[in-house]
Amino acid sequence: MFEIQVNDKTIKAKKGETILDACKRTDIYIPTICYMEGLEPTGACRVCVVELEGQDGLVTACATPVEEGMEIQTHSQRAVRARKTNIELILADHPDDCLYCVRNGDCELQVLAEDLGVRQRRYFGDKNEYDLDDSSPAIKRDPSKCILCGKCVRVCEEVQTVSAIDFVNRGSETIVDTAYEEGLNLSNCVYCGQCVRVCPTGALREQSHIKEVKEAINNPDKMVVVQNAPSISVTIGEEFGLRKGKDVVGIMNGVLRRLGFDRVFPTSFSADLTIMEEAAELVERIENDGDLPLITSCSPGWIKFMEEYYPDFIDNVSTCRSPQQMMGAVIKSYFAEEEGIDPENIYSVAIMPCTAKKFEAERPEHTRGGNPDIDAVLTTREFARMIELAGLDLSDAEPEGHDTPFGERSSAGKIFGASGGVMEAAVRTAYNFITGEDLEDMDLESVRGLNGVKEAKIQITEDLEIGVAVASGLKNARKILDQVKEGRDDIHFIEVMTCPGGCINGGGQPRGMDMEAVKSRMKALYNIDKTDKVRRSYENNAIKRIYDEFLGEPLSEKSHELLHTTYKKREDVLL
Amino acid sequence: MDSIDSILEKYPNAGRDSLIPILQEVQEEENYLSKDNVKRIGKYLGLPTSKIYGVATFYNQFRFEALGNYHIQICRGTACHVKGSEQVLEEFKRELDIEPGETSRNGDFSLEIVSCIGACGLAPVITVNGEVHSKVQPGDVKDIIKNYREEVKENA
Amino acid sequence: MPNTSTNIRSELVQSLNKNPGDWSQDLQDELKNYQHKELEKPIIYIGTGTCGLGAGAGDTLKEVKDYLERNDIDAEVKEVGCIGFCVEEPLVDIQLPGRTRVGFSEITEDKVEGLLDSVFNGQIPAEHLVGQFKDQDLEPYEDIDYIEDHPFFRNQTRRVLENCGRVEPTSLEEYIAQDGFQGLAKILRTTTPEELCDLIKDSGLRGRGGAGFPTGLKWKFALDNAAEQKYFICNADEGDPGAFMDRAVIEGDPYRLLEGMILGSYAIGASKAIVYIRAEYPLAITRLNHAISVLKEEGLLGDNILNSGFNLEIKIKKGAGAFVCGEETAMINSIQGKRGMPSPRPPYPAEKGLFNKPTNINNVETLANVPGIARNGPEWFKSIGTEDSKGTKVFAVSGDVKNTGLLEVEMGVRLKEIVYNIGGGIADDNEFKAAQIGGPSGGCVPKQHLDIEIDYETLQEVGAVMGSGGLVIMDENTCMVDVAKFFMDFIQRESCGKCIPCREGTRRMLDTLKAITRSRSQEDKSKHESLKRFKSVVYLKRLANVIQDSAHCGLGQTGPNPVLSTLRWFRDEYEKHIYERTCPAGVCKNLITYNVDEDKCVGCTLCAQKCPSDAIKGKQQVPHYIVDEECVRCGQCVEVCRFDAINVK
Repeated sequence: MFEIQVNDKTIKAKKGETILDACKRTDIYIPTICYMEGLEPTGACRVCVVELEGQDGLVTACATPVEEGMEIQTHSQRAVRARKTNIELILADHPDDCLYCVRNGDCELQVLAEDLGVRQRRYFGDKNEYDLDDSSPAIKRDPSKCILCGKCVRVCEEVQTVSAIDFVNRGSETIVDTAYEEGLNLSNCVYCGQCVRVCPTGALREQSHIKEVKEAINNPDKMVVVQNAPSISVTIGEEFGLRKGKDVVGIMNGVLRRLGFDRVFPTSFSADLTIMEEAAELVERIENDGDLPLITSCSPGWIKFMEEYYPDFIDNVSTCRSPQQMMGAVIKSYFAEEEGIDPENIYSVAIMPCTAKKFEAERPEHTRGGNPDIDAVLTTREFARMIELAGLDLSDAEPEGHDTPFGERSSAGKIFGASGGVMEAAVRTAYNFITGEDLEDMDLESVRGLNGVKEAKIQITEDLEIGVAVASGLKNARKILDQVKEGRDDIHFIEVMTCPGGCINGGGQPRGMDMEAVKSRMKALYNIDKTDKVRRSYENNAIKRIYDEFLGEPLSEKSHELLHTTYKKREDVLL
Repeated sequence: MDSIDSILEKYPNAGRDSLIPILQEVQEEENYLSKDNVKRIGKYLGLPTSKIYGVATFYNQFRFEALGNYHIQICRGTACHVKGSEQVLEEFKRELDIEPGETSRNGDFSLEIVSCIGACGLAPVITVNGEVHSKVQPGDVKDIIKNYREEVKENA
Repeated sequence: MPNTSTNIRSELVQSLNKNPGDWSQDLQDELKNYQHKELEKPIIYIGTGTCGLGAGAGDTLKEVKDYLERNDIDAEVKEVGCIGFCVEEPLVDIQLPGRTRVGFSEITEDKVEGLLDSVFNGQIPAEHLVGQFKDQDLEPYEDIDYIEDHPFFRNQTRRVLENCGRVEPTSLEEYIAQDGFQGLAKILRTTTPEELCDLIKDSGLRGRGGAGFPTGLKWKFALDNAAEQKYFICNADEGDPGAFMDRAVIEGDPYRLLEGMILGSYAIGASKAIVYIRAEYPLAITRLNHAISVLKEEGLLGDNILNSGFNLEIKIKKGAGAFVCGEETAMINSIQGKRGMPSPRPPYPAEKGLFNKPTNINNVETLANVPGIARNGPEWFKSIGTEDSKGTKVFAVSGDVKNTGLLEVEMGVRLKEIVYNIGGGIADDNEFKAAQIGGPSGGCVPKQHLDIEIDYETLQEVGAVMGSGGLVIMDENTCMVDVAKFFMDFIQRESCGKCIPCREGTRRMLDTLKAITRSRSQEDKSKHESLKRFKSVVYLKRLANVIQDSAHCGLGQTGPNPVLSTLRWFRDEYEKHIYERTCPAGVCKNLITYNVDEDKCVGCTLCAQKCPSDAIKGKQQVPHYIVDEECVRCGQCVEVCRFDAINVK
C-alpha cells in the first residue's frame, strides 16, 4: 500500500488498483455510467473524469492505475464541468419523455442529471430516432433511448459469449443492434435478460405482461393462478427497502392474494416434480448405458443456447420441462380436473427472476390443444411494479400459506434458485432412487457459491461414483461442454444455468450488478434449506400425492405427456 | 468450391486478425458483403455474425448492397471541397435520389464519397467506374448522368 | 530483368557489410551505373506517382514508349515517384549520355512528340523547361538554370525526399547507389539496440505524425519492456485530408521507409513488423509489396539480416477507411480485426499493444528520417533546425498558392518563406488570408503571424499545430467559418463514436456551425430558433474546452482546434455570420440570396429550365421570381442568364 492525495486528503491505495477502485474503497463518490465491475474498463462515457496533477487533460478514474504520490481532484470545477457537459450532451440526443418512460424514477441518467445540477438545454440539434424492436417475446429494445454505454454488448459478449448485439456503424450513426439489424427474434439472442439488468436507461426492458395479467384478474370468468419461483421470496423485499436476502414468502403470498390471484403456488413444488423426473432419468441412463452426461433443462436461455451452439448435445439434455412449465402442465390438467374447471378458463401466471421464461412460455411445445400451459410470465421487477400500482406494500399483508394441491415443497426445490441448487436437489433424490436409502450428508459444499464452474465427485454406492459439474453463465457452460466434446468422460450430470450465480442473478431480477445482494439471496436460500424439515423432493407429501393420484410414477406415459418436451436445432440462425 | 472458399483457403488457422483482410478480399471479389457470405466467414473464423457486421459497418470501405453498373465516387478532400464538391454531391444525390453508400433501385447507379483521390489540381474530381472526370460543376451533373443513362439503354 | 542484374543486386547487398572503400572496382563501376552517372543510352524519367498519373502521366508514359519504338530509338524509360512539384505534373526528365539530367513540366501526351523530337536532335527546348539537375560528374548545358536554384526547390532542404522523383522506386540497386542501407549495415555491425535508441534520442528526432514525441525515447520504452514477441508498426494511414507526404515517400522511395523500419524493429527488439497503410493508396501498396519481396529475396528481411542474428518479417495490413485508425490504440484494434476504436491508456502500446505485447508505432516520415541518422550520425541530423525541433519537415501544400505540391524545409523556416518563396505566392494574385496547418487537428495561422517559425512549440503558441504536414493556404475568398465547418464535418464523420464528448460534442459543434451558415428561410420557423442559435454559439467555446479536456483520444481532443483557432483569429467573420447573417467572403451559399432584377429580366425562362429545384417561377416574357425557400444556391441561373438579371447578395 502507498499513499495518494484525493481532494486534498491522504488515502491509501495499492498497486494494480485504479483511481476509481481506491476511491470506492474509501467512500469517495465518483459517478460512472459505462463502468462494469469485474470487467476491464473501456473509458467510453468520460463521466468519471477527474483532474490529475501533472496531466494536461482530465483522466478517467476507472481506467487510470494509481501511482504513489498522485494528486487527484474528483470534483474540481473542470472535472464537474466536463461531467455535466457530457450528461447534457447525452440529453441533447435523448427523447424528452421521461414522464412517460418505463424508467421514470429509476433511471441512471435521471440520477446523474439531478446530481450534476443540469438545469438548461444548452446544446441543440437533431436527435437520432430509431424504431422500436418489439419482435422478441422477452425483451423490448428502444434504441432512441440508448446512450451507447456498451454495457449490454459487453455482458452479452464477455459474460454470456452469445454476442447477439454489437455496435453497428460509426460516430453519431452508431447504434447497438443485431447482425444486419434484424429483430431480436431472428437473432441468436437467448433472452437471458442480462443486458436489461445492466442498461442504465429505458433502452432495454422486458416485454411487459402486467396489463394482460390485470385484465385476466379483472375478468370474472377466469380463474387466475400464480406460481412464484424460489428466488422471488428472497428478492422481492429489496424492491421495498427490506434488507437484502430477507425471505418474505408468507407476506408475498398474502400480497399476491390481495392483488387478486385466485390461487398461489410455489414453483418449488414443481421443482420437486422436476427432480423426481430428472433423477429417474439420470438413473435410467446410468443403468442402461444411455446418453451421458445428462444435462439439466430448466434454464430456457441455456436451452436456446444449446439449440444454436451445441446441437450435438440435444440427446444429452434432459427431456424434463422446467419447473415453470411442469407447474403449468399440471395446473391445466390435474388441478383443473380436481377443481372441476375447464382449463380454458384458467389463466396461469408465473413470477420469475427471468426474462427467458417469457420466451419459454410461448414455445409451441408448451401449448396443448391451442391452450398455452403458461399464459403470462412476470419478472420480479414487474411483480414489484404491480404491487406498487395496486397501492400496496409488503407491510400490507399478514403472512399466508400456499394453496393446495401444490402448496407443499421440499427445501431441495427451494435451492433451485442458486447455481448448484438443482444439482444438490437431484443428487439427494437420485441417491434414494439408486440405493433405496436417504442421503444423510446432504450439503454438497463443492457445488455451492458464485464460481462459474464447480465440480464434485459423489460416491453413491461402493461401485458407483458419479461426477457432477455445475456451470452458471454461458461462458462457463461452453467451458464444460467443450471439455466433454474433446473427450472428457468422467462427468455424469451437468447443471447449466444461464445467469452467473443462478436464477438469483437472473435477467428479471432488480437492476444493477450488485453481487452483495446476490450473495445475500443465495445465503437465504441455503439457510432455508438447512433448517427445513423436508429436505428431499421425494419426501414432499404433495409430490407423493400427485404421483399416487395422477402421474403414476416418474417417466410414466402420463409424465412423458405432460412433463417432458423436445428440442430443435437452430443452426440456421445468424450465429 | 467457389470463390469464397478459395479466399478462405488462403487463411488457414485464421484468427480474428484475419477478419478485415478476408472481408476486403470477399468484397473485391463480389463487390459487396452479402448476409450469406458474412455467415460463412463467421463460421470459418468462429466469430459471431453480429461482431462481423459490427466491424464491417465501422469502416467506409465495406458495402452491403451491390454496386450499381455505374459506380460514382465523389471526392470530398480539402481541395475539392474548396472548389465546390459539396454542391456537386448534392446535385448527384438529388438527380439519382440516393444517398452515398446506396444503389439506385434499378441498379444502374451507386454513389460513394471518397476522401482524396489525389488529383487535387483537377478539383472538383469525380470518378465513374474509375474513369476520372475533372473540374466538375453542379451544372454538369445532369448531362453526365444523362450520358451514362443512354449507355445503359444502348447496352440493354 | 536479365539474370546478371539480380546477381549484381545480390553482390551489392553482400557488399553492404564492407566499407564502400573496400568494394571491388567492378562493383564501384556498377554503382556509377545505378547513380545514373555513366550512361550507355539515354534515360527518360517519367513521374508516375499518383498525382502524376492524375495529371495524365500514364498516357505520357505510353506515348513516350510508342515514340521510342516508332523512331527506333534505344533509350531506357524509368518510372519515378513524385518529386513534389505537383502543380507542374506530368514531369518528364531526359538524360543523355554524358550530360546532365534535364527536367520538363506539364508534358501531357500531346507534348511528347515535340519534346522528344527536339531533345534527340540536340536541342533543349525552352518551353516547359524546368531546369537541369546539378552533377559534378556530368557536363552541364549552357544557359539552362539549375533546378536546385529554381524558386520551388531553392529553399528546400531535401533529406527525406532526396530520392523521390530521382530514383526508380522499384530498384534496390538505385537505392543502394544513393548510400541506401549503409546506415543499417553500420548499425547492425557496431551498435546495440540500446545504443541505437540513445543515438536517435540524441539526434532530437521527434514524431512526424503530429504529436512530436521524441522518437528515441519512445523506442526506449518499448525496448525496456521485455517480452518474447514485440511488434513494430509503421503508421501509413495518412488520413488528414490534404496530406500526401507519406504517400509520396512510399511511392517514390519505399526502401528508405523499410530501412527505417528494420532499424526501428532492431532498436526495440521486434521480430515482426507491420505497415498499416490506407487502402486508398493502391500504388503505394504495390510499391511496398514489391520492395518487401525484393528485400526478402536479398536477405535484408527474414532471418539473420546481414549476418547480424537479427530476424524481421514485415507484413502489410490495409486500412478499411477510417481516419480514427491513425490513432495508435485504434490502429491496434483494427489490426486485431475489431472496430477501430481506441483503448484506454495506460497501458501504453509500448507496454501492452498489439496482441497485448510491447508495440511501437511510428509515422512514415519519422521512419524515413532514421536511415539518414544511422548513416550520418546524430550530429548531422541536429545540425539543422531549431532548439527543440531538429531536422526537416515535409509539407504537402495545397489550396490557393501557385506552387502546390510537396516540399521539405528545415525546421525554423518561416511560414512566409514557404508561402511566398517556395509556394510562389498566392494564386491569381489574391491576398493571403490564413494557412491551415495540421488538418482537422490543427489550427490556422493568420496574416499577422506569417513570420512564425516552423517549430513544434512555436506553432502551438498561436494555436496551430505541426500536424503531419498538411498545409492549406487560403486567400481572401475563403470563409473561415466554412473552413471550420468543413473540418468539423470531417471529424464528425470520422469520429469512432465511442466516447460522448467526441461523438455528441463535435456533433453539436457542427450543428452550431451549420446553424450560423444557414439562411433564415431554412431555419426552423419556431420562435426559439434564433435564441437556440445564440445559445449554442455562446456555449461553443465551453463545449470545445470540455471536448479537449475529456475526449478519449487525440481525434476528439484536437477536434475542436480548427473552430477555436478560427474563432481566435477571425472572430469578426463569425460575428458577421451570427448577427448580420452574411458571409463576407461570399462562400456560405445559404447566406447568399439570389434575386431576379425585374427591370432586367425579359422572361426567357432559361434560368427556370436550368434550375435543379424548380425554384424559379414565371411565365414566358414576364419577369421571373425566385422562391427563396426552394433555392439551393447552386448559381446555375446566374451562369445561364444572358441579361445579367440575377442579383447575388
